[in-house]
Amino acid sequence: MERYIGRDLARPDGPAKVEGRAVYVADLDVPGAWVGGVVRSTVARGLLLGLDFDPGFDWRTVAVATAADVPGENVVALIADDQPLLVAREIEHWGEPLALVAAPDELQLARALAAVRPRIEARAACFDLERSPRVFKSIRVAQGDAGAVFRDVPPGARVVEGTYRTDSQEQLYVETQGFVAFPPASDGSVTVRGSLQCPHYVQKALARALGIAPEEARVVQLATGGGFGGKEDYPSVLACHAALLARVARRPVRLILGRHEDLAVTPKRHPARVRVRAAFAADGTGLALEADVLFDGGAYTTLSPVVLSRGVLHASGPYRWPAAEIRGSVVATNHVPYGAFRGFGAPQTCLAIERLMDRAARELGIHPFELRLRNALRPGDTTVTGQRLEHSVGSLEVLEAIARRTGFDRHAWGAPHAESGPRRRGLGFSFFFHGAGFTGSGEELLRGRVSLALLPDGRVEVLAGSTEIGQGTQALFTAIAAEALGADAADVVLATPDTARVPDSGPTVASRTCMVVGGVLAAAAAELRQRVGDGAASWRERARAFLAGGGDGAVTRAYAPPPGARWDEHSYRGDAYPVYGWAADVAEVFVDEDTGEVDVARLWTAVDVGRALQPRLVTGQIEGGALQAVGWAHREVVSARDGRCEQDRLATCIVPTTLDAPRFDVTLVEVPYPGGPFGAKGVGELPMDGGAPAVLSAIEDATGIHPAQVPATPERILDLLVARAEEAHA
Amino acid sequence: MRVVVARSIDAALAALASATEASRILAGGTDLCVEFESGRTRPDLVVEVGRVAELRFVRETQAGLEIGAGSTCADLLRSAPVARGADLLALAAREVGAVQIQNRATLGGNLVTASPAADLVPALFALGARVRLASLAGRRELLVEEFVTGYRATARRPDELVESVVIPPRPAGEHRAFHKVGTRRAQSISKVVVALALGPRGAGARIAAGSVAERTLRLATLEAALARGLARERLAQAVAHAVALDTRPRDDVRSTARYRRAVLERVLVRVLGPWLEPEGNAA
Repeated sequence: MERYIGRDLARPDGPAKVEGRAVYVADLDVPGAWVGGVVRSTVARGLLLGLDFDPGFDWRTVAVATAADVPGENVVALIADDQPLLVAREIEHWGEPLALVAAPDELQLARALAAVRPRIEARAACFDLERSPRVFKSIRVAQGDAGAVFRDVPPGARVVEGTYRTDSQEQLYVETQGFVAFPPASDGSVTVRGSLQCPHYVQKALARALGIAPEEARVVQLATGGGFGGKEDYPSVLACHAALLARVARRPVRLILGRHEDLAVTPKRHPARVRVRAAFAADGTGLALEADVLFDGGAYTTLSPVVLSRGVLHASGPYRWPAAEIRGSVVATNHVPYGAFRGFGAPQTCLAIERLMDRAARELGIHPFELRLRNALRPGDTTVTGQRLEHSVGSLEVLEAIARRTGFDRHAWGAPHAESGPRRRGLGFSFFFHGAGFTGSGEELLRGRVSLALLPDGRVEVLAGSTEIGQGTQALFTAIAAEALGADAADVVLATPDTARVPDSGPTVASRTCMVVGGVLAAAAAELRQRVGDGAASWRERARAFLAGGGDGAVTRAYAPPPGARWDEHSYRGDAYPVYGWAADVAEVFVDEDTGEVDVARLWTAVDVGRALQPRLVTGQIEGGALQAVGWAHREVVSARDGRCEQDRLATCIVPTTLDAPRFDVTLVEVPYPGGPFGAKGVGELPMDGGAPAVLSAIEDATGIHPAQVPATPERILDLLVARAEEAHA
Repeated sequence: MRVVVARSIDAALAALASATEASRILAGGTDLCVEFESGRTRPDLVVEVGRVAELRFVRETQAGLEIGAGSTCADLLRSAPVARGADLLALAAREVGAVQIQNRATLGGNLVTASPAADLVPALFALGARVRLASLAGRRELLVEEFVTGYRATARRPDELVESVVIPPRPAGEHRAFHKVGTRRAQSISKVVVALALGPRGAGARIAAGSVAERTLRLATLEAALARGLARERLAQAVAHAVALDTRPRDDVRSTARYRRAVLERVLVRVLGPWLEPEGNAA
C-alpha cells in the first residue's frame, strides 16, 4: 500500500512563501553590499568604438567593469562560445551589455550609469529570419522517400499544405532575475546566490569567465519566483556580471533586474515559420510528410540548437508517417537572443502540424477527430526517427478520454453556423505528444546524480541539484523519497541546491525533474532502505541503529538509460526520447466577429502522465501550462521595433488574468512508464504544446477562417474576416 | 522638488498659487507615480490632495449630480446616485485597471491626466458633464470637451484645482451605452472606448470615443446625422463617414489604426442600430 504516491502532500516550501518568510534574492540582507547595473547598447548592431566616462562624475565613488576586466574568457559558456559577457567591439543586439557599474546605492548607480557614454557606430541590422545571413544549426530527419510520394502522388491521394508562423512569447515569471555575488575569498573561490533553474550551468559559466576551477565557483539557489525556462540560460549571464562587479568593487554586489530591464533583455520563445505539407490516401491515412522549420535564434547561439532539435523532432505530431522529411534551421538575427521557454521548440511545430491536420480534415471531408485517431501512433509503431514505441503509449487512451469528456468526435466541426449575430461559438481540437527528458543521448551523457545522507537523528537528507521554482519539486521529492524509503515524509530533509553540497543532477528543465531525477532519487532511496533494512521499528529508530552499527548512510546514484536505448546524433535516427507524454485538448471559444475578440471559455484536456505521483501538483502543471498556451494563442503580443522589445512593461506585456482564464477540465490518464519512479513520466512542458492549436481550431470552427499565425490577435482575426467578406462579395 | 500635503481645498489652492507649468497635483497617484518611476516627470512642486475629504463626495443638486474630483473609481462604483444619474461613469469606473487601482484612482485625476485612452473621460463627454475649477482667483465652470484640449492637455491653469464635475439631470427617454475594447478582460488599457447618449429620435446625441485620436473626442458628424433623424439602414454608412472624418487613430503598442477604425464603426453600429427607426418610420 503506497502512502505518498497518488496522494497530495502539503508543499514543504508552501508556508514560508504564503507567509512572506521565503527569502528571494531581493530579500537577502547583505551588509555592505553595493548595487550593480548594466550599461547597454542602444542599437541592434554596430561597433563599440569606446566608452567615454563623464569627467564631471566622481568615478572614485563607484566601481566599473568593462570587457578588459574579465579575468577569464569573455564568453557566456553554454553551447557555443559566441556570446561575450561584455561587448569588446561588435554589438549584435539592442540592450547588449557594454559595461558594468556598482555603486553604494540606487541613486548613485543611476547617476553613474548616465555618466557612461558609449561611442557606437551603428551598422545595418537583420530582423527577418527569412533573410538571415547566418545559420546556427541545421537538422534533417528523414524516413523513407517522402520526396517520391510528393513527386508522384498515388491515385486518389491528396496533398495538403500550409505555412504557419508563431511569434515570440515572454515567460513572465513573477520574480525578476537577480543575483548577489560575493568578492573572491582568499583562496580565490567565488560565491553567488540567486534566482535560477540550473545551478551547475551557472557554475560552469562562472568558472570560464573568472578563470577558476568549477569547484571554486559556488552557486546557491535562493527561493525562486518562477522560471518557465527563462531562468535556464540567462542566470549564467547575470551571475557572471555580478561576480565580475563584486571582484572589481571588492565587496558584495546585488544585481537585480527591474521589470522593464528584465522584459527588454532576457531571452524569450523563438519566433518560427514552419512550412508543412502532407499526402493522405482518400481514407485519411497519412502517406508522407514534409516540413521545413525555421527558427529565429536572435543574436547568439544560446540554447538554440537544442530548441531546434526538439522543434524538429515534434514536427511530425503524434502520427504515423511511412515517409517523412523534416528539415530545420535556426538562424541569426539582431534580435535579443531567444532562449528556453516551456515547450522548447515543440509548441511552434505542434501548432503547424495540428493546423495542417485541421486543414486536411476539411479538404478530405473527414472529421478532425477521426483523422487524428486514424493516424495516431500506437504501441508498437515507429516514429519518424525510427523509434519503436513500446512503453507508456497512452495515445488512444487520451483520445478516448477527451471524446468521452467532450463529445468532440460527434461535433460538426467547421459546419456553417445557423446562429446569427456577431458572437460565434466554436470548438477546437488538438492531439499532441512531448518527449520527456533530454533529447537523444542527452541523459546518458549527463548521467544526473542524486545523493542521500543519513543524518545522526535518522532523518534522510536528499542532495540534488534540481530546483524548486514553484512547480513543486520539494513536495515531489519528499513524496518519492519517503515512499521509496518506507519512511515518513517528516523523515526526509531536502538540501538547498548549493553546488558546494549537492551533486549535478542536471538542469531543472525538459520535463525531467520528476521522471529522470526523481527516478534516480527513488533508486538511491531503495538502496538506502535495503542497507538499513525493514522492520517493525520506525524508520528513524532503524536508521539510528544502522548508523550505530557502523553502517554507511551515504548513497549516490546516477541515471542509467533504459536498456537497449540507442540514438545516432549524426543521422538523427533512433530513440529520440526515453518516453513521451500524450495529450488531447478541446477548447471552447466565443469569437466576436465585430471586434475579433476571442473568449476562451473552456479547455478540456486529457493527459497521459504515466502516473500522477502528486495529483494536485500535476493538475496545476497542466492547467498552468495550458493557460500559458491559451495566452500565446490569441493574446500575448511580443514584438520588437529596430530590435528593441516593445512590451517592456506590465502595462503592455499582456498575459491572461484570472478573468481571462478558461474553465479547465483535466482528465489524468495513467499508462505507467516502467523507466520512471512509480510509473511517472515528464509532463511539465506537454500542456504548453496543445493549447494554441486547439484555440485556433476553435476560432476556425466559430468563424470559418483559418488562422495560421500565433497569436491570433483580434487585429489578425479581423483582417481575416474582412478578407473573407471581400472574397464573398467579389 | 517641493511637496505640499494639503488637507483642505483652501490649503491646496494656497499651495497652487505658486504653481508653474512644471508643477503637478497628486491625488491617487496611479498616473503620476508611473511617470516618476519612468523619469518622464520632474516637477518643481507637487501638491498632494489625496487626503482632502472635501473633494470626495457625491451630491444631488438642482444643476444635477455633483461629484467631487477626489472620488475614487471605487466610490463611483458604490454610489447609488451615480448608478441612477451617471450610470456611464460607473460602467467606465468598473473598467479601470483592477480593484487596487480603482481604490486609488480618482475622477479628477483621470480628467486632468487627459490620456486619450482614459476610461472615465468618454463617459463624462457622453453625460454632458461640466468641470468646476477653483483657484485663489475664483471659480469657473467648463464643459468637459472644452476642458480636455489635446494629448494629455487641459484648459486647467497651473494655479487651478478641479473641484468637481456636474452631470446634468438625465433627460427622459435617453439611451446610454458604454463599450470598451481592451487587450484583456481586466487590467487593460483600451484599444477603442465608446460612451454615448442618445435622446428620442436622435435628439441630443453625444457620441464620445477614446483611443482613436490624440484626445477623447465627440463624433460631431455622426451626432449631426442622428439629429437629422438617421434611419437604421443608413447607419453603417453614416458611421463610416463620421469615423473617417472625425477620428485620427494611430498604430501603437496596443493596436493598429486600421483595427481601431473598423472596430469603432462596428461597435457604434451595434450599439446604435437597435435604437434607430427603420426607413419610413424615421423623422
